[in-house]
Amino acid sequence: MGKVLMKGNEVIGEAAIHAGCYYFFGYPITPQSELVAYMAKRLPEVGGLFLQSESEVSAINMVYGAASAGKRVMTSSSSPGFSLKQEGISYLAGAELPAVIVNVARGGPGLGNIQPSQSDYFQVTKGGGHGDYHTPVLAPANLQEIIELTSDAFRIADQYRTPVILLGDGMLGQMMEPVEFNEKTETGDNFMKDWATTGTEGDGLPKVITSLDLNDVKLEQRNHRLQAKYRKIENNETKVEVKNVEEADYVIVAYGTVARIAHSAIEKARQDGIKVGLIRPISLWPFPKKIISDTSKNVKAILTVEMSAGQMVEDVRLAVEGKSPVSFYGRTGGIIPTVDEIYREILKLGKGVTS
Amino acid sequence: MKQELIIAGFGGQGVMSMGQLLAYAGMKEGKHVSWLPSYGPEQRGGTANVSVVISDKEVGSPVIDKPTSVIALNNPSFEKFEPMLIEGGDLFTNSNLVDISSKREDIYFLPVPATEIAKNLKMERVAGMVLLGAFITKTKVLSKDSLLEALINVLGEKKKHLIGVNEEAILAGENLIEKKLFLTK
Repeated sequence: MGKVLMKGNEVIGEAAIHAGCYYFFGYPITPQSELVAYMAKRLPEVGGLFLQSESEVSAINMVYGAASAGKRVMTSSSSPGFSLKQEGISYLAGAELPAVIVNVARGGPGLGNIQPSQSDYFQVTKGGGHGDYHTPVLAPANLQEIIELTSDAFRIADQYRTPVILLGDGMLGQMMEPVEFNEKTETGDNFMKDWATTGTEGDGLPKVITSLDLNDVKLEQRNHRLQAKYRKIENNETKVEVKNVEEADYVIVAYGTVARIAHSAIEKARQDGIKVGLIRPISLWPFPKKIISDTSKNVKAILTVEMSAGQMVEDVRLAVEGKSPVSFYGRTGGIIPTVDEIYREILKLGKGVTS
Repeated sequence: MKQELIIAGFGGQGVMSMGQLLAYAGMKEGKHVSWLPSYGPEQRGGTANVSVVISDKEVGSPVIDKPTSVIALNNPSFEKFEPMLIEGGDLFTNSNLVDISSKREDIYFLPVPATEIAKNLKMERVAGMVLLGAFITKTKVLSKDSLLEALINVLGEKKKHLIGVNEEAILAGENLIEKKLFLTK
């Protein structure tokens, strides 16, 4: 197919179609509206269904319906709209329905602004809605990776019967980069969805999909089953990129957009002879605790950089368990940290440790 | 080779499409490219701008805080980005729209009468192409052929008849640089 130049939001849409997703329900919001527009144009072309709902709440419940019928389905929004979907996501988790929900995050809290942000980290990684649940969260750092992770998101959703979140930000959604689509993508045909409510035709008992269980013993059993599933996901689906970490004196932990800026800052520092490595969590839940824990034994300090007031840094500290100092640098309000700012933070690490 | 270019002007001046052409041409040359628009509140009024990175290596940050080149299409853009330019960087302006000069001694200041040239070509809209012609000739980051190929792709079959005048505009920009028909500091 060759390389094409596309906007991040459009890449998510095309990647979903390549992954066999022909159903999309959504409501526009900047900075992800191009994704909704792309699906509106493309899905009818490939024989799929696009529907613009009257609200985000409605869209997520349409997702519940399509997922119940066993179809690969997606919805997307940006931070304030994503918050509105939380009830529905909790229901999807409770009813064990596979679906992919995209959050192209923007500055908050409240309506905030339309600039890039990572301040929805807590919301996406700690459940977000009510009840004991987790959703796998995948955070791409470039547009090619969006293709890979969108496909992965659908695969994980089907394999474990769980909603999966693809987390980007305004920058990834709005920027263009060359990408290449693989002709052969897994489209979900290999998943036997015998639980789907497609009609029994008088053959066997009706299939029921619900998150309601008034019997406390049964509901606890369901919770145990969910937790067992989450442990399995933690064991199998942790994804992380590690660069120059062996031999490193310092390590930066950053994900998504910030990781690529951190990477530029690290290159600059390495030219100055400072040994800095990068750990980039790709799955934010499950969080790559082990590599961070192991690395923290051998480095002088760890720096976490985020476009937030400090959210992922809490998971980093839990993983490090005091084995090395963990410092934090963040920008909020939709401001993207610059290479120079991160570079200066790297220099501070050196001073802090040697003095 | 790595060019970090900011193109800035009012919305509607073609800033985004100019950036897109360069990114596309860079991709066709097998280079690593990124295109990042400003889409925030600055788009209303002030300046709209786009950051384009064209590099032999993978693009780390697509956000440019120290541009190697700036193309400014109005005074507010000039004032915002001229101070950010690196030492030895290139500052192109459409001198028919920007009436200030750079006082910096450490950069190349290249005022291009792009609107005037475009008017002579009887199509004011190709002013951006004059500037892109000057930009690729001065920085040598892309070949003229790739820029033309990008243009053909963007214009498509329906607007094929516009290729000629766009090509002339690119050549005019190239000519300005080669014959040094501009002021330098």
